[in-house]
Amino acid sequence: MKATNAISFVAGVVFAIGLVVAGINQPAKVLNFVDVLGDWDPSLGVVMLAAVAVIHPFHRWNQRRAGTPGFRIKRGPIDWKLLLGAVVFGIGWGLGGLCPGPSVVSIVSGAPAALVLFGAMLVGMTPFPGSAS
Amino acid sequence: MSGFTPWSALAGGALIGLSASVLLVFTGRIAGISGIVGGLVRPRRGDWSWRAWFVAGLLVGAGALALAMPRPFIPAPRSLGTLAIAGLLVGFGTRLGNGCTSGHAVCGVARVSERSFVATFTFVATAVVTVTALRLLGGAP
Repeated sequence: MKATNAISFVAGVVFAIGLVVAGINQPAKVLNFVDVLGDWDPSLGVVMLAAVAVIHPFHRWNQRRAGTPGFRIKRGPIDWKLLLGAVVFGIGWGLGGLCPGPSVVSIVSGAPAALVLFGAMLVGMTPFPGSAS
Repeated sequence: MSGFTPWSALAGGALIGLSASVLLVFTGRIAGISGIVGGLVRPRRGDWSWRAWFVAGLLVGAGALALAMPRPFIPAPRSLGTLAIAGLLVGFGTRLGNGCTSGHAVCGVARVSERSFVATFTFVATAVVTVTALRLLGGAP
């Protein structure tokens, strides 16, 4: 097994554990975060901040080893695709309470609702060719 | 503030950050799930096996926890039809915008990318508006 595949597998396992431990594999955790008029649950915000805090130094390190300074705002085109994509995603996320990672994780439950949303998500992705990442 | 689980949120978030860090440091790749899955839906030659292994890891990790601590999946209180639309929008929107919560909100923000700050603000604000609108229109959030 190639090393990158093994590392990717381990990263996936850890990612899933993180999602489940944080509880964001359940739509209610997300919905209660964005439902600001309801019983507000700030957990999702804490999850994101914790994740950013952990990875930020590694991004700086990675950029230093690539020769570019670590801490500098990366500017890029704020184009219609970025904005429309974010709006469309936000609506779907507010409706279903799941974004791609939690949706993948949700299918292990076998629940029809999870499978439907996941399948539809794959369909929604089909117009876009895979990009190098 | 009901349901706030600060410690498991911290721990879970740290694990997500750790996962993304491992992927970045050892493979140079961004743990943006929409991109990883998108690259499996429309695979490019030679660029799909690490994605498949990552998704396999997601499923194995989730499956193992589900076996150890079974908990029912409680979907958003919407009809299956609405959840299908939600899925379509999530799939389409994340690919069009080139990222989701892991790609933009975590990795993009962490590398101080202006695009990711804008994207994150936009999709979070949109989700807030969506759920608030549903609440005000009488449907339960």
